[in-house]
Amino acid sequence: MTQLALVIDLNVCVGCHACVTSCKEWNTSGIAGSMSDDRPYGESPTGNFFNRVQSFEVGQYPNTETVHFPKSCLHCEDPPCVPVCPTGASYKREEDGIVLVDYDKCIGCKYCSWACPYGVREIDEHQKVMKKCTLCVDRIYDESLPEAERKPACVMACPTSARLFGDVHDPDSQVSVAIREEGGYPLMPEWGTKPANHYLPRRKTKLKIHEDELIRADNPLKKEGHLPTPDESTPTLDDSTTW
Amino acid sequence: MRKDLEKAEPIKGQVEVKNTTCYMCACRCGIRVTLRDGEVRYIQGNPEHPLNKGVICAKGASGIMKQYSPARLTKPLRRKPGSDRGDGEFEEISWEEAFSTMSERLEHIRKTDPKKFALFTGRDQMQAMTGMFAKQYGTPNYAAHGGFCSVNMAAGMIYTIGGSFWEFGGPDLERSKLFIMIGTAEDHHSNPLKMALSKFKRDGGRFISINPVRTGYSAIADEWVPIKPGTDGALLLALINEMITQGLYDRDFLVQYTNSAQLVNLDEKSSEYGMFVRAEVPVEEGCFDPQNKLWWDRNVNKAVVTHTAGADPRLMGEFKLEDGTPVKPAFQMLVDRVKEYTPEWAEDITGIPAETIRRLGHEMGVTARDQKIELPIAWTDVWGKDHETVTGSPVSFHAMRGLAAHSNGFQTIRALSILMTMLGTIDTPGGFRHKAPFPRPIPPCAKTPRGPEGVKPNTPLGGMPLGWPAEPDDLFVDDKGEPVRLDKAFSWEYPLSVHGMMHNVITNAWRGDPYPIDTMMIFMANMAWNSTMNTEGVRKMLNDKNEDGEYKIPFLIVCDAFQSEMTSYADLVLPDTTYLERHDVMSMLDRPISEFEGPVDSVRIPVVPPKGDCKPFQEVLIELGTRLKLPAFINEKGERKYRDYPDFVVNYETEPGSGIGFLAGWRGKGGEKFMKGEPNPNQWQMYEQNNCVYQHELPKSYQYMRNWNKGYLEWARHHRLTRYAEPILCHIYSDVLQQFRLAAQGKTDGKQPPDHLRKRIETFFDPLPFYYETLESQLTDKHKYPLNAITQRPMAMYHSWDSQNAWLRQIHTYNYLYMSPELGTKGGFEDGDWVWVESQWGKVRCLCRFSEAVEPGTVWTWNAIGKQAGAWNLEPKADEASKGFLLNHVISEELPPTPEGEHLSNSDPVTGQAGWYDVRVRVYKAEETDEKISYPQFKPLKPVPGQEKKRKPWMAYFAGKGKRAS
Amino acid sequence: MHPAFSVIFLTTLIGVGQGLFLALYTGEIYSTLDLLPAQGGQFYVIGSVIAVVFMAAGLLASFFHLGHPERAWRSAARWRTSWLSREVIVLPAVISATVIYGGLHYFGWGMTADVYAVKGLLSPTILVGAAGTVAAFALFLCTGMIYACIKFLQEWASSLTVINYTLFGLASGFALATAYAAYSGSELVSFYGVIAIVTTVVAFITRVASLFRNARIKHKSTLQSALGVRHNRIQQRSQGFMGGSFNTREFFHGASVVWFKSIKWVFLVLVFPVPIALLVAGINAASFDLLAAAFVVQYIGLIAERWFFFAQANHPQNLYYQTVG
Repeated sequence: MTQLALVIDLNVCVGCHACVTSCKEWNTSGIAGSMSDDRPYGESPTGNFFNRVQSFEVGQYPNTETVHFPKSCLHCEDPPCVPVCPTGASYKREEDGIVLVDYDKCIGCKYCSWACPYGVREIDEHQKVMKKCTLCVDRIYDESLPEAERKPACVMACPTSARLFGDVHDPDSQVSVAIREEGGYPLMPEWGTKPANHYLPRRKTKLKIHEDELIRADNPLKKEGHLPTPDESTPTLDDSTTW
Repeated sequence: MRKDLEKAEPIKGQVEVKNTTCYMCACRCGIRVTLRDGEVRYIQGNPEHPLNKGVICAKGASGIMKQYSPARLTKPLRRKPGSDRGDGEFEEISWEEAFSTMSERLEHIRKTDPKKFALFTGRDQMQAMTGMFAKQYGTPNYAAHGGFCSVNMAAGMIYTIGGSFWEFGGPDLERSKLFIMIGTAEDHHSNPLKMALSKFKRDGGRFISINPVRTGYSAIADEWVPIKPGTDGALLLALINEMITQGLYDRDFLVQYTNSAQLVNLDEKSSEYGMFVRAEVPVEEGCFDPQNKLWWDRNVNKAVVTHTAGADPRLMGEFKLEDGTPVKPAFQMLVDRVKEYTPEWAEDITGIPAETIRRLGHEMGVTARDQKIELPIAWTDVWGKDHETVTGSPVSFHAMRGLAAHSNGFQTIRALSILMTMLGTIDTPGGFRHKAPFPRPIPPCAKTPRGPEGVKPNTPLGGMPLGWPAEPDDLFVDDKGEPVRLDKAFSWEYPLSVHGMMHNVITNAWRGDPYPIDTMMIFMANMAWNSTMNTEGVRKMLNDKNEDGEYKIPFLIVCDAFQSEMTSYADLVLPDTTYLERHDVMSMLDRPISEFEGPVDSVRIPVVPPKGDCKPFQEVLIELGTRLKLPAFINEKGERKYRDYPDFVVNYETEPGSGIGFLAGWRGKGGEKFMKGEPNPNQWQMYEQNNCVYQHELPKSYQYMRNWNKGYLEWARHHRLTRYAEPILCHIYSDVLQQFRLAAQGKTDGKQPPDHLRKRIETFFDPLPFYYETLESQLTDKHKYPLNAITQRPMAMYHSWDSQNAWLRQIHTYNYLYMSPELGTKGGFEDGDWVWVESQWGKVRCLCRFSEAVEPGTVWTWNAIGKQAGAWNLEPKADEASKGFLLNHVISEELPPTPEGEHLSNSDPVTGQAGWYDVRVRVYKAEETDEKISYPQFKPLKPVPGQEKKRKPWMAYFAGKGKRAS
Repeated sequence: MHPAFSVIFLTTLIGVGQGLFLALYTGEIYSTLDLLPAQGGQFYVIGSVIAVVFMAAGLLASFFHLGHPERAWRSAARWRTSWLSREVIVLPAVISATVIYGGLHYFGWGMTADVYAVKGLLSPTILVGAAGTVAAFALFLCTGMIYACIKFLQEWASSLTVINYTLFGLASGFALATAYAAYSGSELVSFYGVIAIVTTVVAFITRVASLFRNARIKHKSTLQSALGVRHNRIQQRSQGFMGGSFNTREFFHGASVVWFKSIKWVFLVLVFPVPIALLVAGINAASFDLLAAAFVVQYIGLIAERWFFFAQANHPQNLYYQTVG
């Protein structure tokens, strides 16, 4: 069974929000659209987005890490939002594991959003139905698009390619390999929702310079006759031996 | 969404796909625009474009909301008689009326005193056109935004290595192993850097960010080194010190490819003191660095001409020439200079532990030394020596406004360039690499006129409006040494202000210093708000009148696509098109989008028709140029030469028959030539068929070491990128700067600075980099104003442009002042409280936000989020005006008076770069009784004629006529 | 969570209706067993009408919670998995049972009717009432489980939620029945009154127990598990937007700390001691006014209680929405 998902690499995400607006742009005029905006030019503008980028500060100055954190529907393998839906509007597709909302059946009771621990569902205040990430289901199977473009809009847009897309059930897929080899993890594992989307942690590259690496026979200073010498005023044996 | 999506009917509509180039910021990515029923359905990165390879950023993906923004201007407007500037009271006029008003006025000025017309532009991406127009008109008073953006970065590097960052060159992260980003805000530049950075990290590279703030790119650094703003020079000099102490420099590189081994005349009595000793007078004087300097050859123990075969020059020591002249190699001068700049010294200034500085130096030096890259690419250097390989050191750097926007930025960036050079990383794999048309000679050849005689009625300017002075005589000053340009660029106050000084233009014009002007035309720059320092003062100046009731700046024309704070001050507003409605060129004559591998230029081709009566600014200039009969715009019979801008782009040549035009691709009658060739009538179509981009890949052997690569230099000369194929040696020691110092010391025969500026020139035109505290800081009571205040641009906003963008403004709709929680503890306020931020120039009330990711002596905010109420056609209550704030109110465009001048610009004394980040402030809690609204507030602007007055309470964008899915 | 008044009214009003129905039915059982004086049919008819009015009002209130009330019929579809769907089925069942129950009484088919050979416990009203009782308790269960089944809303995910919903429904329903009995001059005043007092006292114990429980909850989700970053000091710098979103409107009560805390005391006073005192006084003085006041005060208290019930629940999604920046 296929389970499509995103793997988000926090190691390279610079928090640019490209995924946020490219998602909005694709979906507002797509099959999941439109996506409304309230007070678009006024006080406290607010609107429907399927994807958000947040920023966190980890630790205290000067040992602070800034973590940019994109978040959209995680397409859980055991999605708590689906069984609670009274109408069946919220459903998980058998064939690819995408969690979707059937707008025609949705009564707008918001109960599914209560049943999602991740806060990734948003009611459209004007269409009055629940909306969420569709993994761009109207792109990924669209044969009129070149094969390389049959990916979610956010994945196409991401300048740091921090968003990988594929089947997490296929052990050889790029996403599975990344999860396996780069320490991929799910969010809030404590609830047993088994999110299909995974996150890859920060990885650090360090450089260890050994003291003796600073010493080289071909030190250019040698050529100038200026190899570093200890300060003459520092103590030596001469100062303390008595033979 | 329908349940059975596969069976769902596709949304109906007429779909078209067109390629063009993005302009949501200055990055110029290729975009593919899908239209449905003529409306923009989707904008994606063009996968076939060399710059962004299919990716797009938050701004680019929000282009729809710019296109359909209610802030769009759609009609030419004239300020209502009797209304004040700034009131925003306008009446609609026809284009014919607008053109006749302008041409009448400009014709009179041109006939009498062309410098009374000033043309200044923002980040316009058409400087080739605007600069050419100014030159043809005959006014010296032209510049774009470079002076207040990052001219220090351009000048500091170009005067040292012949190239610079961003459009001109950058870090080769593909092959780099250690990458140091210093003083780079979130988005300079954008997608290409993001792509490279991610790949670099995934390939196991080590990324170190040196910055007072950790956001954006710095977030993903392997190590963050917080630094106090404006002290980068101290860090870099200490690093140079450590590299020299440890011998961690690339000696061979310094000898061969830089002026390190060249001998400096140290005879204090000589008028050549501090200059390189020259063997002979060159046969030809040109815009290049003649190869007539001396080395001290260790083999024969005497001076020889540089690059003498078999010579092995000394880098250190002091020697006496046969005539008794004491000399030292330039490198020894550097060694002497940095002796005092120890890591311990730098620790106190920068706040970075000495141990960290040493370690950074060791990481750079050891990586460069031990991880050499050797590419099997044979090449020949200009001295005729064949090399079997290209070698490089995998240490690279990127820097931007964090270094540049300080009044000590030029010397700081000199230090950075020297550090990069010492590591042997100039145009090498894994290091810094140039992008065509760089490298340029040091300095590049373009020159302004040398005096007022270059400005004559009814005559094109006798030189370029902007140039690259190589010596004091190149300055654009009159007999008394006073400036000819309104902004005082290329004067003794700021001799190397190679991008002009837009930030002082309004103040100078208002004061009539150096002279009053008549008409100022501003294109795409918000000089009444975020693009100016001293915003409130400048707004008053724009509206200030003489005793006779005439405005101090008599006529103000503003061209922009959007209603802004600036358009409200205009006497005449010209509605520009958006980037989706126009032809544009990213020209080799301006700043193209070249890659390391060779020249690239690109175009915009309209994908939708212009809204209302919008007209591209280029068309305005061509029409004006034709009406004014400027030589370039009329034929021999005095008639219109160019139908429109596309026609101009195809047929204009820099000189008749030069074969050089705005576009480099598909030149020649059938499009068979590039760079140089006769006009091709089908050039636009060829660009259109090729993703709107022309890319020429150089042979591999021309892709590296281009400062000294014989093949490349000859290729560049052949294709008229350069006039000479002479080597471009990196200037560890700058004799160009020394010439200015000598003039200041009265040791030369040429132009001399006015006496009050001699000390200033002598101090700052140091041929070796040195550290000094920023000028404003020196003139500020730091006990009273203990903090540095800086701004940066968020990745999802391009300066002021995007507050009218319904999607982007949800991400940044107002701004906080970020600061260490320590400041709250000391000042008795909490996270999220209203605070005052006050400098010696003024104060602003804003909201504070505590952050652990900022150096505790620094406060910072996002730039240009705050807006005047009603500007950009936002509702007056919009958060941008009520909670957003502009730090510019506490930054001055001028320094406090000193003996050196009453009205010196708050700028780098070498380049005139605006010292945005020099301001010192204090922060304290706002009173409980204070209004919970940002300060200062201004009278709300109203929509202008041609704008939608009614604002929808909500919207749901859906492209095309099809019913939206439900 | 942001307390929605539609849901507050839905849950409190149907609780009253259910409780009142159960009171009527309990009374009838006792009467049938001759433990209490028999009531005339009209007593049950009017009582049932009142119960239906409350439940219907609750149902009506629930429609204000829906984006598409015209599709509400669809919500019966997923009764296998969704407690909400089950509630949607059971609530009309309870209303129907009450209507039939009242109707039987109206047509005189109550326990005092002689039309059937068999009287007493096998009379139609007793049988329908039994079905209604099962349905009413099932509805308490459904309503409670709607909240209790969301395991990561830890303040709700407890059997106390179901118990409290049940007890509050019973208490308020019996309080109303007490006042109703007093108004109609029935002898059942003290019977209902005592049960109202007892259920109120028990509800007090269980509600206070849930307050204690909730005050000591160790939330399983933390910023560490929400982000997958191990550090005990994590602070959000930006939630990604500034003008609010569904996430900030739906899941935060938005009230001040003072308001939040005072609502707790308001309901603790209005739901428990004041109604008990009024009930005691009302029973002793046989005063309809005092008993009516007991119900009204308790109902107002329950609105506060329900507001607090929602407001106190910390949704783990809130971890992601802490800072505008």
